[in-house]
Amino acid sequence: MIPGINSGDTAWMLISTALVILMTIPGVALFYGGLTRRENVLNTIFLSFVSFAIVSVLWFIYGYDLAFGADVWGVMGQLANPFFGGVLEANTLSTYAPTIPTGLFAIFQMTFAAITIALISGAVVERMKFSAWLAFIPVWLTLVYLPVAHWMWGGGWLAQMGALDFAGGIVVHVNCGMAALALVLLLGARKNSRLLPHHLGYSIIGTGLLWFGWFGFNAGSALGASNLAVSAMIVTNASAAVGMLAWMLMDKVKTGKPTLLGALSGAIAGLAAITPAAGYVNFTSAMVIGFVAAVCGYYAVSYIKPRLGYDDALDVFGIHGISGIIGSIGVGIFASPLINSITTGGLLFGQVHLLGVQLLAIVSVGIYAFLMTLLIGKIIDKTIGLRVDEEHEVQGLDINLHEESGYRLS
Amino acid sequence: MKKIVTIIRPDKLEDVKQALEEIGCHGMTVKEVKGRGIQLGITESYRGRDYKVDLLPKTEIEIVAKDEDVEAITNKIVETARTGDIGDGKIFISPVDEVIRIRTGERGDKAI
Repeated sequence: MIPGINSGDTAWMLISTALVILMTIPGVALFYGGLTRRENVLNTIFLSFVSFAIVSVLWFIYGYDLAFGADVWGVMGQLANPFFGGVLEANTLSTYAPTIPTGLFAIFQMTFAAITIALISGAVVERMKFSAWLAFIPVWLTLVYLPVAHWMWGGGWLAQMGALDFAGGIVVHVNCGMAALALVLLLGARKNSRLLPHHLGYSIIGTGLLWFGWFGFNAGSALGASNLAVSAMIVTNASAAVGMLAWMLMDKVKTGKPTLLGALSGAIAGLAAITPAAGYVNFTSAMVIGFVAAVCGYYAVSYIKPRLGYDDALDVFGIHGISGIIGSIGVGIFASPLINSITTGGLLFGQVHLLGVQLLAIVSVGIYAFLMTLLIGKIIDKTIGLRVDEEHEVQGLDINLHEESGYRLS
Repeated sequence: MKKIVTIIRPDKLEDVKQALEEIGCHGMTVKEVKGRGIQLGITESYRGRDYKVDLLPKTEIEIVAKDEDVEAITNKIVETARTGDIGDGKIFISPVDEVIRIRTGERGDKAI
């Protein structure tokens, strides 16, 4: 037993880590898999699984150090323990969470990196080369995720300015949303972007796993079995529930009938939006955040996307990007020192500074993620090629890229 | 001999099968198909956007029958598969020149 370790905190963080793993495989994988056409279901699920596998390896080779190692000029962490060498053997407690082992904090954070990349895949499904995706994962992790995670969470320049992101509204959702937007602009629209979900049942199971796993994501970000974790769990659930009901209301008002996919989308919008705020806001604020995120998400995917003409296949920007922005602004407005003493509060508590740095963080991370992803995507396009052959796209990716079929009925 | 090709709602298959059994019609081939009629499909809404789905899932039943049985079979199908709403389906009847049972080599009505 490491001196100073808290077994309750460690147990909760082990569980939280497992919960976040469940969010990517199979949560995101199934959620996305059900929304594509049947000829692409395996490829879509594969994009999530392979993202998780690659990040799982690279994170411990160099990722954790670059994100959470000793700060270098506010930009990147120091690579002190490549291949996680000596860290497990040293039996130390994490400097970021002093009651749990360093390794546990590291693998908890690894799950965030993995899901961020898996989320991006939703935008590019049904037309991106698998080889291009394999190349994209390590490059984007290294050049975009790791610096941004360091800026916000590893003591980098945004953290030094006081920007707050409890569980990844900026690092995960704004980051993946803007990256998704950049990639789809490079890829172009699918040959047939009016393809309908082939199996909403998968998406229902996937969303259930996401909602369930999100308690590890947000309440786990309290980094211990504490009152703050309880608070984060309650506001996370509240925002998801209100987001779901708000999207149903929008459906009812606009088309006359609530839809299940709409309800699921609203829940995810609420979950994504409360993520940056989960450790700083109370129940009422969470309901406002969930409501606003769902309404904005609805407009983004049903009005802005068709008007601008980009093909964000599964609405990664429209739901995750927009919700991440809403929630991160929400921190600047609703953050309460009564919930978390780390902050002196947001606008409602008479503090303007926090809202200012939140906006700075959203804009700077958004622009950085967008431009870097454009650059990475462009280079991959010029070398490997981003898009599959037209014939493969029309026939479906499962049989052409993987020589497998999701369904064999005979 | 006639071939009766029937397009019905998928959820009516069990009722039609049972009704045909009652009048002694056992042999049939069933396929899952997609199609549309005069109403040109339906509209579905996903994330606030409407999509026209103009090919709907249907079930096709293929039966080869003696000429004198055709009337009873088609009457039974119409009676069982009808809901009165648009999309109930259609029946197509065409002549069959010959039927051969592969197992025995029998031909004509005996092979049905």
